[in-house]
Amino acid sequence: MTKQVQQLDRVIIRFAGDSGDGMQLTGDRFTAETASFGNDLSTLPNFPAEIRAPAGTLPGVSSFQLHFADHDILTPGDAPNVLVAMNPAALKANLSDLPRGADIIANADEFTKRNLQKVGYDVNPLEDDSLAEWRLHSVPLTSLTVKALEEFDISKKDAERAKNMFALGLLSWLYGRPVEATIKFIETKFAKKPEIAKSNVAAFNAGYNYGETTEAFSVSYEIKPAPLSAGVYRNISGNQALALGLVAASVQSKLPLFLGSYPITPASDILHELSKHKRFGIRTFQAEDEIAGVGAALGAAFGGALGVTTTSGPGVALKAETVGLAVTTELPLIVVDVQRAGPSTGMPTKTEQTDLLMALFGRNGESPVPVIAPATPSDCFDAAVEAARIAIKYRTPVMLLSDGYLANGSEPWKVPSQAELPDISVPYTTEPNGDDGTTFLPFKRDTETLARPWAIPGTPGLEHRIGGIEKADGTGNISYDPNNHDLMVRLRQAKIDGIDVPDLEVDDPDGDARVLVLGWGSTYGPIAAAARRVRRGGHKVAQAHLRHLNPFPKNIGEVLKSYDKVLLPEINLGQLALLLRAKYLVDIISYNRVRGLPFKAEELAGVIQEVIESE
Amino acid sequence: MSESLNGKGLALVPKAEGKQTLKDFKSDQEVRWCPGCGDYAILAAVQSFMPELGIKRENTVFVSGIGCSSRFPYYMNTYGFHSIHGRAPAIATGLAASRPDLSVWVITGDGDALSIGGNHLIHALRRNVNLNILLFNNRIYGLTKGQYSPTSEVGKITKSTPMGSLDKPFNPISLAVGAEAGFVARTIDSDRKHLHSVLREAAAHRGTSLVEIYQNCNIFNDNAFEDLKDPDKRDVITLRLEHGQPIANATQAVRLAPTGGLEVVARDSISPEEILVHDVHNPDPSLAFALSRLDEPAFQHVPIGIFRSVDRPSYDHLMSEQLEMAVAQRGPGDLDELLQGGDTWKIN
Repeated sequence: MTKQVQQLDRVIIRFAGDSGDGMQLTGDRFTAETASFGNDLSTLPNFPAEIRAPAGTLPGVSSFQLHFADHDILTPGDAPNVLVAMNPAALKANLSDLPRGADIIANADEFTKRNLQKVGYDVNPLEDDSLAEWRLHSVPLTSLTVKALEEFDISKKDAERAKNMFALGLLSWLYGRPVEATIKFIETKFAKKPEIAKSNVAAFNAGYNYGETTEAFSVSYEIKPAPLSAGVYRNISGNQALALGLVAASVQSKLPLFLGSYPITPASDILHELSKHKRFGIRTFQAEDEIAGVGAALGAAFGGALGVTTTSGPGVALKAETVGLAVTTELPLIVVDVQRAGPSTGMPTKTEQTDLLMALFGRNGESPVPVIAPATPSDCFDAAVEAARIAIKYRTPVMLLSDGYLANGSEPWKVPSQAELPDISVPYTTEPNGDDGTTFLPFKRDTETLARPWAIPGTPGLEHRIGGIEKADGTGNISYDPNNHDLMVRLRQAKIDGIDVPDLEVDDPDGDARVLVLGWGSTYGPIAAAARRVRRGGHKVAQAHLRHLNPFPKNIGEVLKSYDKVLLPEINLGQLALLLRAKYLVDIISYNRVRGLPFKAEELAGVIQEVIESE
Repeated sequence: MSESLNGKGLALVPKAEGKQTLKDFKSDQEVRWCPGCGDYAILAAVQSFMPELGIKRENTVFVSGIGCSSRFPYYMNTYGFHSIHGRAPAIATGLAASRPDLSVWVITGDGDALSIGGNHLIHALRRNVNLNILLFNNRIYGLTKGQYSPTSEVGKITKSTPMGSLDKPFNPISLAVGAEAGFVARTIDSDRKHLHSVLREAAAHRGTSLVEIYQNCNIFNDNAFEDLKDPDKRDVITLRLEHGQPIANATQAVRLAPTGGLEVVARDSISPEEILVHDVHNPDPSLAFALSRLDEPAFQHVPIGIFRSVDRPSYDHLMSEQLEMAVAQRGPGDLDELLQGGDTWKIN
């Protein structure tokens, strides 16, 4: 039977199941197949903080959404075209996101009376007409898998567990994905358990063949590769890109990297990744707590290392005093905050942009810190290098604000070569800098950058003491002199204000838009996708995205004032808007949702449209 | 010279070329402790001791937290970092773990180390980073003007405890031995000779050394250790710990107790064979812990000296070894290779 192949320009698939069903792995593999096929893509994992919530319940549902296309895309997509629901809970939790006409592939075996009851279904939705507005494919995934694995010497439980590979096989056929890499992946993953490896490959193949032979699926789809610019690509998540960016920063600064970190969701993967790269001389230190993590990093920085600490919001709160110490001792330090929903523990696996004001102001005293926010998962690489550049050049702690969406989301990344990366090295100070030629003044500043010398232990003749107590300008000796304190407060502020930050670029295709939509951090994708939609609808909108939150680009006031209206969507209650209103006296229009999820492009397109039309 | 004084603690620290003197280690800063403070004696002792180590002054770092004692680094003409309350062990850990060529000294007090910084202290001790921690114990908060501290005796009347403190104090030696610190010692501010001998052994120990120094705060807790200084009482109370020697003074002696711990009895009530012989290198910390309990109730008999000096690999050394092993196994890191690793695809 030859089946019909339909061309599509893009597809959004959401794999959903129980936390133990392996949905993240299934999504990762489908993503890897899609990446190697050459589509552009963007992913959104969404999982509970509980490692294994009670099976079959709504809180236990874990999902992975993948958007892939034959053109460049900016977001993991608003609404899935296909939902793979491994159990009733997965169906119930995700159905409201599913537009009419979308495909549902449901694992019929799991729609038992007991499982239905657990989530409040009185009647099996696969059997009544309640799903009539969608295209339902009710497939007994578990029993088909078990049957396909009859010949293997494995337990029934192990056979059942392979159902995610059956589902992956089926989806791989449905969208014409290359399968070799997945087979190789399974063989490597279960190298020590050959029978499990063979059975998982068999389940995967059975799913693929099921799609090809059964009449339940009459059409398969083709999504052509996207025309990306020439180069080597890999699919990368934000946390991975950030970790590689830190390795690159270490190499490009010629400084040994020291990471002091305490495990915390959603930042731990950066610690895991950096721990693998000891060949680069990277020391990773899992500290006893958040404070020790940043303390050790600062101690290493005093010793001449590129000191880094990685955490999420609750950790930043704990590190605040030490960051203040780094501000006043003027040592380089990178503080990575992978923001998550707060306050307090909040929702650890959900995303938010609510730490901006804490990053800027969450310390005692006048304590200015540069803040940088990456825009996309792969941009985390460049943002990490930029954070290191500023930290080293200006001898200051730098806050790098990623978030849960960037951390776990992924996209294709055009891999740079080392030759393309900037040299961010700054030599240590090795000679006395006093006028007499013999004394060393640890707080005598560079006239251009206002950075103080970085003289590290082991350097003869430059022995000096630094600390948290106010220092006399120049000598760094303890000083309680009122005028000296006023001077030092202003000098530290002036140093940060003077950081060389590139101008804010505005994307305005026709050059005559009257509405500017501004964003920062991870909202780049949805905002840019929304702006495209609005323009496709014949309207004009300019778009700009802030990477540097402190100091702001020098031209930002001018940019803001050159539009009739400035719209600023944020996943907080208007933190950047507050700053811009205060600093530039511009009446920013805020759009805020704090749902632990990224914005949807359609949602923002509607908001932009409204602002344009209200002119 | 005992067998542990083999210079291992400083093996990776560059040696000074010329002869150094006390003057080399004095900074130009005016010392600002209260007149009569025990810290002066400790500062003078440390300054006069440092030349003996024969290491480069520029490879010496003093790191401190907050409290009276924590001003110490400003007075040493070495590298110094006066940090924030309780965090000195954490900061020093990062420094020492990334710079095995440094001799790193942590200066802390009973409040700094045992209250706000208690967590960092116990973890530094268990990790065994190459640090020397000098814990100035005056059993009071001095810089905040006289509140009781985590080593103050129960019932202490202070500004914050007008009816007496309620919480049982920490015994810093018990705490350190409980955290399985490799080197644990106690000395006293007024006994420079003993202080020097303990510092010498602490510096020689590769790993974390904890030295509790009884230090008198003459403003808020004067004469807290007076009995140990009083010529009439000190020899009766003090039990000098010397490796290989019986633990006893003229009147008292230590023996194994039926409870499993140790007990102090009149020396003439037991035969010499029954007196416990001190073994600082005993890998089992039980006896060192039992020794640390002998000053309970307070000050009837106080062991002074090195409780425990046991070698085990230091954290910084193990960390460096892993880096070397990674390079030995797969070669030094290549950035292009790393970035282009994983599943890549090429677009022409």
